Amino acid sequence: MKIEVNNVTKRYAGHLALNNVSMEVPAHGIYGLLGPNGAGKTTLIRILNQITAPDSGQVLIDGEPLHPKHIERIGYLPEERGLYKKMKVGEQAVYLAQLKGIGKAAAEQRLKQWFDRFEITGWWNKTVEELSKGMQQKIQFITTIIHEPDILIFDEPFSGFDPINANLLKESILELRDKGATILLSTHNMNSVEELCDRIALINKGEKILEGSVAEIRRQHHTSTHEILVQTEQRAEVMNLMDDFNLQIATSEAADTLKITFTGDSAKALLHRIMEVGNLVSYQEILPSMNDIFIQEVQSKNAQP
Amino acid sequence: MNKIGLIIKREYLTRVKKRSFIIMTFLGPLLMAALYIIPILLALRGDNEKRTIAVVDQSHWFEQQLIQSERQMFIPLGDISIDSTKRLVQEGKYDIALFIPATELNLPSSAVVYSMKQVPMNVEDHIREIMKNEIQVQKLLASGVDPDILEQIKTEVNLSVIRMDEGGGEKETFTEIQLLLGMVLALLIYLFIMLFGGQVMQGVMEEKSNRIVEIIVSSVKPFQLMMGKIIGVSLVALTQFLMWILLTGAIYLGFSAAVGISNPQAISAGTVMTQQISNSNIMDNEGVQNIVNIVRSIDFGAILTGFLIFFVLGYLLYATLFAAIGAIVENNTDSQQFTLPVTVPLIIGILTAVYIVNNPDGSLALWMSMIPFTSPIVMMVRIPFGVPIWQVAVSALILLGTFIGMTWVAAKIYRTGILMYGKKLSYKEIFKWLKY
Repeated sequence: MKIEVNNVTKRYAGHLALNNVSMEVPAHGIYGLLGPNGAGKTTLIRILNQITAPDSGQVLIDGEPLHPKHIERIGYLPEERGLYKKMKVGEQAVYLAQLKGIGKAAAEQRLKQWFDRFEITGWWNKTVEELSKGMQQKIQFITTIIHEPDILIFDEPFSGFDPINANLLKESILELRDKGATILLSTHNMNSVEELCDRIALINKGEKILEGSVAEIRRQHHTSTHEILVQTEQRAEVMNLMDDFNLQIATSEAADTLKITFTGDSAKALLHRIMEVGNLVSYQEILPSMNDIFIQEVQSKNAQP
Repeated sequence: MNKIGLIIKREYLTRVKKRSFIIMTFLGPLLMAALYIIPILLALRGDNEKRTIAVVDQSHWFEQQLIQSERQMFIPLGDISIDSTKRLVQEGKYDIALFIPATELNLPSSAVVYSMKQVPMNVEDHIREIMKNEIQVQKLLASGVDPDILEQIKTEVNLSVIRMDEGGGEKETFTEIQLLLGMVLALLIYLFIMLFGGQVMQGVMEEKSNRIVEIIVSSVKPFQLMMGKIIGVSLVALTQFLMWILLTGAIYLGFSAAVGISNPQAISAGTVMTQQISNSNIMDNEGVQNIVNIVRSIDFGAILTGFLIFFVLGYLLYATLFAAIGAIVENNTDSQQFTLPVTVPLIIGILTAVYIVNNPDGSLALWMSMIPFTSPIVMMVRIPFGVPIWQVAVSALILLGTFIGMTWVAAKIYRTGILMYGKKLSYKEIFKWLKY
């Protein structure tokens, strides 16, 4: 299901949480919603979940304005999440599934399957307070997806997971994407953005400042930085190139291999010269990480008056 | 099943299954039963201990008057000194010693009882009564009055209070009973509102501090969650109330059968109050007709209907406020500054109730039973005295209207409050939320 956000503005007492934000989340795929704390991500997510309504603008799901019927098509894992502490795990999962419109029998059957997969079948009759935080996170994830929604919204899904379970979670998310779900991922973990997201939007102070595919954005933000690995006996000759081309040279793994970082447009001339004094092992352009782009974009926006 | 139904079911079942609920359900009637069973048991079994009482009556006026009974042996010892009297008790020859000193001119009007243990009240009363009667008789004789004549003059005045209505109907009223009934009902409403309103607040606070609330409001509207909780808890309250009535009735029936007291009116009445009232008279055979009259004078249908209407509406009104408070705060300590303004009207209601029982048809009573925040309590004080049906209806309608209005206000506060984490809120800020 495609999500379109059109000119959405939301104001809280004296504070503009979202200012004329528009974006388009294509169907099927993982869309990253990025931004510093307090940028308005949670507000936007709550609008999509119909927890709050925008002051102006609208949200379309497959071309239709948001409607209560869409609630059952969305699965939402909030950043601030918890469970009833005194309630039994199974009972609670069934209850949450029922609230999403699934019958009791179907909910139990599906939950059993997921509990098996996450290897937590034995927890069914435990109360939530007996479980560790990581265990609770697993249950929250299962209850988010139990009604097989077309749209999944994950707000910081990886926080609180150990690396093994984070991986299990990542695989489950990718599997849901492959099954055709539209996934909106809000996170500060830029590694997972690069790994998982097809497209992203960057929000800062209630405004969208960047949107596009991850590959495209990284290409756009290239800094003409290249990394060259060269194998050479004539170390001094290479060193001589330093000043001409403004190079940073470091020794690489092997003693006769140098790692050269070069920023500039005259790559062709440099390569030509290097090949005269040694064997070119590899050459690649270094694209900035999403982390760098995030910091750069947000800081340059904040620096503007 | 629709979603609000699911929420109601969860709220109801988790509370009813709690150990504290089950304990309260059984303990409540037991305590109430104890209130009337223990005095009866005591009266039936009485004080079986036998006591020997040494009587040293230096005036010789009273020795022969002290009535012997199986449990109390009065043994006149003649003239011995106060010290030897004391010694008799200390040595354990007698349980109690009564020393009546001689006076030169008048009858003695004082005496001393010595004992190593606490002297039972009935022994004290017996001695006091005997002495008092004897002194009175002697004084009457001294004034030339025959005590028998005095006995004939004594008259009990039986004042029946009949309340008439427009239709010409007449009904005997028993003010003390109505007064007691009214106060107990008002207190019960107050307790139930505080107890179960508090449970609503706790529940909302729990959901907020657990952070489950955002998961739930992504499935249901905050209003559904709030109302589901309020209705669920109200059903818990009604269940508890019903269980109390049934269990109290059962315990009373069982007890009555066991000790062979039959008082069908009190049993069929089913409320705690009647049982207590009838118990106070139960030993008095002459009062049986009186009890029947009292029980007949109480309109249990009206009282029970009134209680249900005003409990449910009053609870709903306050529960919405408690829900809003629960949404504003995250823990118990913060809740106090917000609960105070809500509990004040309830306390005013109880204070008014104490005042208006003396004049339940006065203008203060009328107004306080119309103002929605005090009406549930004050109306319950008035209902046992009989309130015109139109007043009950108007009061209930005002209460219902206020409840609907407050629900609108509370829902707005609730909706915003439940998703505000880690922020201390002021009244000013909350007031702003009403505008969204």
